Amino acid sequence: MAQDLVLEIAGLEKTFNPGRSNAVTAISDLYLAVRPREFVSIIGPSGCGKSTLLRLVGGLIEPTAGELSVNGRSAQEARLGRDYGMVFQAAGLLDWRTAIRNVELPLELMGWSKLRRRKRAKEMLELVDLGGFASHYPAELSGGMQQRVSIARALSFEPSLLLMDEPFGALDEMTREYMQTELLKIWRETATTVIFITHSIPEAVFLSTRVAVMSPRPARIAAELPIDLPERTPQTRDTEEFFRDVSLVRRTLRSVEGQ
Amino acid sequence: MADLSSTRRTRARRTLIFAAFLVALALLYTGYKAFGQAIDDSQRDWWVVGSFLPRSDDKNMPPVLDILAEFGEAPREGGTTIGRLTLDGALFTLREAAVGFAAGTIIGLAIAVVLLQSRRAERGVLPYVIASQTVPLIAIAPIVVVWGRTGLEFLPWEWQDWMSVSLIATYLTFFPVAVNGLRGLQSPSPEATELMQSYAASRRQILRRLQLPASLPFLFPALRIAATASVVGAIVGEISAGVRGGLGRLILDFAGKYITGPERLYVAIIGACITGLVAVGVVAAAERLLLARRGIVAQ
Ligand SMILES: Nc1ncnc2c1ncn2[C@@H]1O[C@H](COP(=O)(O)OP(=O)(O)OP(=O)(O)O)[C@@H](O)[C@H]1O
Ligand SMILES: [Mg+2]
Repeated sequence: MAQDLVLEIAGLEKTFNPGRSNAVTAISDLYLAVRPREFVSIIGPSGCGKSTLLRLVGGLIEPTAGELSVNGRSAQEARLGRDYGMVFQAAGLLDWRTAIRNVELPLELMGWSKLRRRKRAKEMLELVDLGGFASHYPAELSGGMQQRVSIARALSFEPSLLLMDEPFGALDEMTREYMQTELLKIWRETATTVIFITHSIPEAVFLSTRVAVMSPRPARIAAELPIDLPERTPQTRDTEEFFRDVSLVRRTLRSVEGQ
Repeated sequence: MADLSSTRRTRARRTLIFAAFLVALALLYTGYKAFGQAIDDSQRDWWVVGSFLPRSDDKNMPPVLDILAEFGEAPREGGTTIGRLTLDGALFTLREAAVGFAAGTIIGLAIAVVLLQSRRAERGVLPYVIASQTVPLIAIAPIVVVWGRTGLEFLPWEWQDWMSVSLIATYLTFFPVAVNGLRGLQSPSPEATELMQSYAASRRQILRRLQLPASLPFLFPALRIAATASVVGAIVGEISAGVRGGLGRLILDFAGKYITGPERLYVAIIGACITGLVAVGVVAAAERLLLARRGIVAQ
């Protein structure tokens, strides 16, 4: 396997409850390769297997067949080596911990000293513009702020791969666009590779260097569209190129769903 | 953030409400008594109210002030007062209940953690945990005491009769703790668990940092129920097993002298109520301490 790939997937298949009457093949014959520093969005029909793909990549579930390697090793090894930062649609903060203690959680599990993890957590909160909310509890933060804490937490231990499953799905449009700009800033500053699942075509286009379109179940990657926007600022959303790419992705998705 | 002065204000308000409640209770008691007596006194040969409602003469319902005065009375001239006897008995019973409660909490949590490990274990064992509570404790208590006296010589410490009573409190505590504890341990979402796994957290780390803290809001209601059950269980256990030194024995003694001095039994009953309230109060204080700092101010 090529060493310069962060993620390489070949012939991946996942069947839930195999051999039983309720067996579901969520993913079949899926290929995908991601290079360092890429921002790949995955978009596809509802229920096609996007979350399943992400959990396979994250080593949370085992594939039925096929090969999957992260930084040249298995997903399990990568997980135990803390290669992943994960962010889900629900922020998943522990509500009995303050924002900063939530960000510290992974570092605590890794046995960092109190002083060191405090310092890092503080930096991460500043990175997501929440420096002033360190001692707030999740219940005292808005949904967008909670999600930013969740991102800070995922990035706190500098994983090489950030896996995000509809992280902004529960946010309103304005917050969502703000978070997108924020995420791009973080992505540039931290040299992470991102795999980003979304239902929003404009979101995928705005964020990504590449959009992968999944087919209906059993899912595979039906098309990969490189996105080549000259710059990505809030104004980008009103440009000709942006509209062109959005409609390209939309047409591709439609043709895939129609199959 | 819990604002300190407002917390103090709610606490003061609650104390006030409780005091008002006690006064209302005393007034209700006195009012019923006055009403019943007024009617019953109009008839010499039979009870009008007292034939179908509790009789309200001083033998059956001693006046509130007499009951209060009884706290300071001593059965023997210059001896220990009734209030003091009740306090000593209450402390004895409270110790039994507390030891049993602590053991029951530990055992209950241990069972919950074991059942958490597999659905199959849960399905297989939980029915037995539930069935365990159908055993009539009043009947078992004397057996446990005899056991304690004869069968527990292998223990490194000497088994005391009151420990048998504690065992009853343990028995009453472990059940709600195990059942609610298990529900609490299972309460984190699958995503929360997967997040922990993505940090390569071990099972033990997931238990300690995620599942145990998440279980606390489920656990405390069980602990509050168990605290009162422990006190009541201990009193009943003392009575049925004939263990002396606690409220149970005191209640038995005073009940025997009810005809000549009913006030005493009322004192012991008030003592038992206060003991139960103390037990719940300690649990509630621990709950406030552990849960209040969660942004969502507990209660
Ligand atoms: N643990 C599981 N057991 C059985 N079937 C599952 C399990 N997880 C997912 N599936 C099935 O796999 C398929 C894909 O699910 P998945 O959650 O990956 O879809 P998705 O693309 O993320 O959907 P959405 O867009 O709604 O988030 C679905 O049909 C689902 O029912
Ligand atoms: Mg999904």
